[in-house]
Amino acid sequence: MTETKQKFNLVKFLTKYAMVIALAVVFILFAALTNRTLLSPQNMTNLMLQNGYVLVMACGMLLCILTGGNIDLSVGSVVCVVGGLAAVMISNMHLPAIPVILLCLLVGLLVGVWQGYWIGYVRIPPFITTLGGMFIFRGIGRLVLNSKTVAIQDPTFLNIFTAYIKIPGLDDGKIKLSPIIVGVAAAAWVILSTVKNRRDRARKGYRQNSALGDFVKAGLIAALILWYCWQLSQYRGISVMLVWVLAICLIYNFITAKTAFGRYFYAVGGNEKATKLSGINTDKIYFIAYANMGLLAGLCGLLCASRVGSVNGSTGTSFEMDAIGSCFIGGASAYGGSGTVGGVVIGALLLGVINMGMSIMGLGDAWQYVIKGGVLLLAVIFDVVTSRKSGAK
Amino acid sequence: MADVILEMKSITKEFPGVKALDNVNLKVEAGEIHALIGENGAGKSTLMNVLSGTYPVGSYTGEIYYEGKLCQFKTQKDSEAQGIVIIHQELALIPLLSIGENMFLGNEIKNSMGYIDWDKTFSEAERHMRQVGLNESAQTLVKDIGTGKQQLVEIAKAFSKKVKLLILDEPTSSLNDEDAKMLLDLLIEFKKEGLTSIIITHKLNEIIYCADKATIIRDGSTIETLVKGVDEFSEDRIIKGMVGRSMEDRYPAREHNVQDEVNLEVKNWTVHHPLYPERVVDDNISFHIRRGEVVGFSGLQGAGRTELAMSIFGRSYGTGISGELYIAGQKVDLRSPQDAIRHKLAYVTEDRKTNGLILGESIRFNTTLARLDKVCRGSIIDQDQETQAAEQMTKDMGTKTPTIEQNVGNLSGGNQQKALLGKWMFTEPDILIMDEPTRGIDVGAKYEIYCLINQMVAQGKSVMMISSELPELLGMCDRIYVMNEGRLLAEVDAADATQEGIMGYIIRDTAKA
Repeated sequence: MTETKQKFNLVKFLTKYAMVIALAVVFILFAALTNRTLLSPQNMTNLMLQNGYVLVMACGMLLCILTGGNIDLSVGSVVCVVGGLAAVMISNMHLPAIPVILLCLLVGLLVGVWQGYWIGYVRIPPFITTLGGMFIFRGIGRLVLNSKTVAIQDPTFLNIFTAYIKIPGLDDGKIKLSPIIVGVAAAAWVILSTVKNRRDRARKGYRQNSALGDFVKAGLIAALILWYCWQLSQYRGISVMLVWVLAICLIYNFITAKTAFGRYFYAVGGNEKATKLSGINTDKIYFIAYANMGLLAGLCGLLCASRVGSVNGSTGTSFEMDAIGSCFIGGASAYGGSGTVGGVVIGALLLGVINMGMSIMGLGDAWQYVIKGGVLLLAVIFDVVTSRKSGAK
Repeated sequence: MADVILEMKSITKEFPGVKALDNVNLKVEAGEIHALIGENGAGKSTLMNVLSGTYPVGSYTGEIYYEGKLCQFKTQKDSEAQGIVIIHQELALIPLLSIGENMFLGNEIKNSMGYIDWDKTFSEAERHMRQVGLNESAQTLVKDIGTGKQQLVEIAKAFSKKVKLLILDEPTSSLNDEDAKMLLDLLIEFKKEGLTSIIITHKLNEIIYCADKATIIRDGSTIETLVKGVDEFSEDRIIKGMVGRSMEDRYPAREHNVQDEVNLEVKNWTVHHPLYPERVVDDNISFHIRRGEVVGFSGLQGAGRTELAMSIFGRSYGTGISGELYIAGQKVDLRSPQDAIRHKLAYVTEDRKTNGLILGESIRFNTTLARLDKVCRGSIIDQDQETQAAEQMTKDMGTKTPTIEQNVGNLSGGNQQKALLGKWMFTEPDILIMDEPTRGIDVGAKYEIYCLINQMVAQGKSVMMISSELPELLGMCDRIYVMNEGRLLAEVDAADATQEGIMGYIIRDTAKA
């Protein structure tokens, strides 16, 4: 056996899982402060739905940030343009939902292509390009909406994004069964894949983590999935939006962790010159990061439009800051080159739990801003200080 | 005898893995022009940085006596307060500020209210500018005057700091002949007024022209000090001092089995500067490398060797590139590094930290970066295959590391270089361009790199080796091309070549130009 027993190092453990621990602490804190109202099935369902837009955009923002700490300020405005376009086409022009959705995603992508072109090939600083975009698209959004609030009532459109999944025979009762089935399947998959992974590693003679650590981790994740699905089953079941959000997170996690294409983002952020001389088209990487961001902002526009049920000229305001904040809280480096989708999800949830907890407690906007900003700053300070101590760059 | 103004005693300065200065002594008398000479990387600039406090006291061993007192400079400001001013090779002026603002940057003249007194600033600036013969308004922006005048501004700036000991690092490298001569005459003029200068330069004719003494540094040690009028003070004598190290067994033996087949051929290659397209960086260069051959490129910094290599490697440098490129007899047009890698060309970059490696990532990440497709199924990375490939390469290169997950930033210089080499060997190249492959690494690691190079050519690969260390080129190469100022001067057989001979080509050409 090649299992190497590593001595358990508390400091290392705490540093590595600092944000997970912070999330757990904040969660428990607000659960206590709100007399467990936070834990109600309805709130738990809404936690993911309210923050769905942040999660989707943060995935795209992560790619931008990986290329060197570059951000996209325009996404909030793009949400407004795309959401507005969808609302106007569906409600005012009575066009069918599916073509409208495809067209809207295309518009989002085109916005991204426009910005990506300037950033990647002409090398206009991303901050400037997207600051310009933020104003331009906010304006266009208001033009599209004619400065009015437009509601969306088309059932097909709403079903595609916000309905709850209802499988006859499973989800008719008070307790919905489909989340439970999904939850059990997912939990089983987590455990089984850990087993399989360990067996593969053992067979090939690779370095192995301690069995206890691996299984505790898998067990915790499985338990969390089961618990969350149980919460969902007690409310209205699985929302389509949740499926969208999870799918996006999983896809981007796969891209960044497993594909060559994803790895190039880390390379560019780590050392652009070396990456270029390694035969990688770095201009294209920048371009794709922003083109992709446009597409995801477009998707977000649709999600928002259908969740809120209407779009107006200030829809999406300051969404970009939530997405950027989630990335940095989730451990993405402000200089690029490091960060994971998993971290970003945790960052977004941390912000989400704080928001929700404070809303339940009846603390106003003012305090929410103060706390949000404080958390962001603290998280990054922690990151910088610990990585300096550990001697990394 | 004049007074000794500066004495540096047994200065030793180590960087991680390298001893940059080893027991260096330097004695400078008041009112002389003292030249400091040595090859690139011999330690001249390091020594001056120790003197100026750029490397603070404590980061080196040894003692510095200035005007008879022991000095312990913590920053450059401390040394400037004593009248020691260093003018770096790269001009440290800010183009968009005026001459006057530049001269008093960080040293502003303030009135009683604490505001900057602009009238006084500009009149003081102009007073010092007249001293160095610069007739410009102090309000002219630095970007609007030529490099010759910019150099004068630097000297005027030194005067504004009440300089007693002026250190000039390659002051004439960016000047034309006329400006250079004017500058040297100026130094001779100031000498009469009692200013002491230390001048670092490669241009031996300048040393003969203006210096009273020349101290030669080689491999971080002082070799000798030649005194004008006492010792023989000629270019030949200085070259001999610069290069006269023994070769010993620092280079592994290799069977020279150069094949007839030409692997890389470059014809009439001309490259222009990317920012100043009218400036020719490489001028009509033709050369070839056979299979199994190591071909050296010798020259000083700025000879255009790196630029030549990078422009060949998929036009990674320069604009207005013209000329023809043949790989294994086929004419090719390499438009990007991708193209170059596809044609089995590899460029092992100079300066592994900024151009070669991603320091914050693991050896595994770096090894496979240039050819990730080799360990991918579809576009998905096969982690097992990647791990195996990286482990194999680490073993082949002899990189010392606990695991391949180690960040390359945490490796020593020699091991970083091996990781870099591994990265490029992973691309399965046929022609390797190695740019300063042993810079900044210790002798043992150098030897191992040389062995790897020998292995490569034994497999029939071709190596283009750019190095500023002449003994290394003589020890490793089959043939050597000598370059200077963007031109190919000569092609010599390494077996017949001598360091003096090659240095002579360069020095004579520099003097002529």
